[in-house]
Amino acid sequence: MPAEIYLNVAVSGLLTGLVYGLMALGLSVIFGVVRVVNFAHGEMMTIAMYIAVTLFAALKLDPLVMMVPIAAVLFALGYAMQAGLINPFITRPEHSQFMLLIAVAIILVNGLLIIFGPDARSVQTSYSFDSFLIGPLIVDATKAYAGAAAIAVAIALFAFFRFNRIGKAIRACADNYMGALVVGLDVKRLYALTFGIGAACVGAAGAMLSLVIDVTPAIGPAYTLLAFVIVITGGLGSMPGALLGGVLIGLTEALAGLFFTPSAKTMFAFGILVLVLLFRPQGILGRRQA
Amino acid sequence: MIGRLVEGTPRRGLVLLAVLLMAFLAAPLVANDYMLTVLILILYFSYTGQAWNIMMGFAGQLSLGHALYVGLGGYAAAALYFHFGIGPWLSLPLAVAVAAAAGAILGFLAFRFGVAGVYFAILTIAFAEFARVGFDHFTWVGGSAGLFLPVANYTRNDLWTLRGNPTMFYYVILAMTVAAFVLCHLLLRSRAGYCWQAIREDEEAARALGINTFRYKMYAVVLSAGMTAFAGVFFAFYYNNLFPEQVFSISRSIELILGPIIGGVGTLVGPIIGAFLITGLAESLREVMHALGVDVPGLKQVFYGLCLLAVVMFLPDGIWPPLSRALGLDRDSSRGQGT
Repeated sequence: MPAEIYLNVAVSGLLTGLVYGLMALGLSVIFGVVRVVNFAHGEMMTIAMYIAVTLFAALKLDPLVMMVPIAAVLFALGYAMQAGLINPFITRPEHSQFMLLIAVAIILVNGLLIIFGPDARSVQTSYSFDSFLIGPLIVDATKAYAGAAAIAVAIALFAFFRFNRIGKAIRACADNYMGALVVGLDVKRLYALTFGIGAACVGAAGAMLSLVIDVTPAIGPAYTLLAFVIVITGGLGSMPGALLGGVLIGLTEALAGLFFTPSAKTMFAFGILVLVLLFRPQGILGRRQA
Repeated sequence: MIGRLVEGTPRRGLVLLAVLLMAFLAAPLVANDYMLTVLILILYFSYTGQAWNIMMGFAGQLSLGHALYVGLGGYAAAALYFHFGIGPWLSLPLAVAVAAAAGAILGFLAFRFGVAGVYFAILTIAFAEFARVGFDHFTWVGGSAGLFLPVANYTRNDLWTLRGNPTMFYYVILAMTVAAFVLCHLLLRSRAGYCWQAIREDEEAARALGINTFRYKMYAVVLSAGMTAFAGVFFAFYYNNLFPEQVFSISRSIELILGPIIGGVGTLVGPIIGAFLITGLAESLREVMHALGVDVPGLKQVFYGLCLLAVVMFLPDGIWPPLSRALGLDRDSSRGQGT
């Protein structure tokens, strides 16, 4: 095989990986602040994908343009979930929180199945088959746009947490729950905002992914797992780690699909997860917990 | 032996258990084939729930990948029968050993390297998913096209090769469920049982007391995995087909833990009550839907989800602990944790 093929596949994997990273970023933000593991993450992304596909089918609205409204819808969903369901569970044992979110995930997957049926749906835009030629590289236009959008959203999020007052307050809650309460922050509201922001990330990622993959109700759990793998690989709670993990897993999947068989690619992602858990449990960019 | 079995259980509880057992023993006399298959399903989930409960309910280690052990056990026994004609009872030790080994590897890696809490749960999912994809490409056992056993001959019961009618399978799974119940009951009162409960409540404190937490957590995983593999063997010979996509899927792992969570984690009666409720209600729902002429795929699972949601929100300990208090069985030995 000529070297260009490897390079092309690697670039394609890297761009998909950026979108994966954005999805995982949502999970990481939620875990880093609320300390709740969102077992319904992939399912929420599936909802975003269905909104994108439906809007496109009915009104020909481009998913990349609709990314912002879709993220807003998911923000509202995430806010409501945290405020209504999860906040009372903050002090409950871990497994109790897991079960709550697993229940939500089951309801979401099968709710989508009831509404949309089991058939795969996809989006065919006018630029679906376009590509850019950069020297010997052929870059798929859809993936290039999606990757660029993922980077833009991630930068906006970094800026929000770094410079915005609410962003800083959320970081304060994450650093010291008791301290945040003492200085008078409305922690429950900030938790709900955080969950909303995490959901908005996954909503934006879902809108982008609807361009790249077909959506069925059943893909949710697989993407929940993928998000976990990415976040643990990069470091749970670390924002740059989530993006790095996404790119790493995207690359691994693409290359494993090329060298072995595409259906076995998730085995390599899990292989990486096991290695990271054993030798660097805090993740590549994570901080070791005291 | 008998004395140790019943001590500390109120007489009312014993009578209730005896009546329940008689009812189960007599059920095939009155139940039709459909009822019997529902009962088999209930007992199957009671058994697997009991096995899972050893890890989560007794030792406090949350496994979300128990489908792995069902699948490994089922595939080991089915492959030996399919390729070499070796009967399930001969291959059972091997099936249990394979699953227990998988549990031991997972446990060793997790506990030796300090993978706990969220990370442990995700590691168990990762192992099951790894197996799912692996078996998809394992052509000796059929790969993703599935492994089929010669279809059961309903006219003749052959206990030795587990080929027969539902009544035979019913008594096999009933015996397994009763054995698991008794085993768990004895385990809870054993040294290991007390060590597990100490680890569940506070692992640091348990270690400070001199309990070898690594060793006891390993016991829990290996035992739970081995017991679950037995259910896998039953599953393979009862359904006669195995698909990696179904057997190892995460929804199977979830299905398996619904019973004990709804019934009451860490209790002996919980998994049975939970299996009864969830399977019974799901089947009734199916009947109602059938009668109304609606066929909506996914509705049953939404119902599962709502049940789970309601229980975790309003009955965080499950149904059995409050129920046993209401029945005056409060000091029942079947409740592992104190009141």
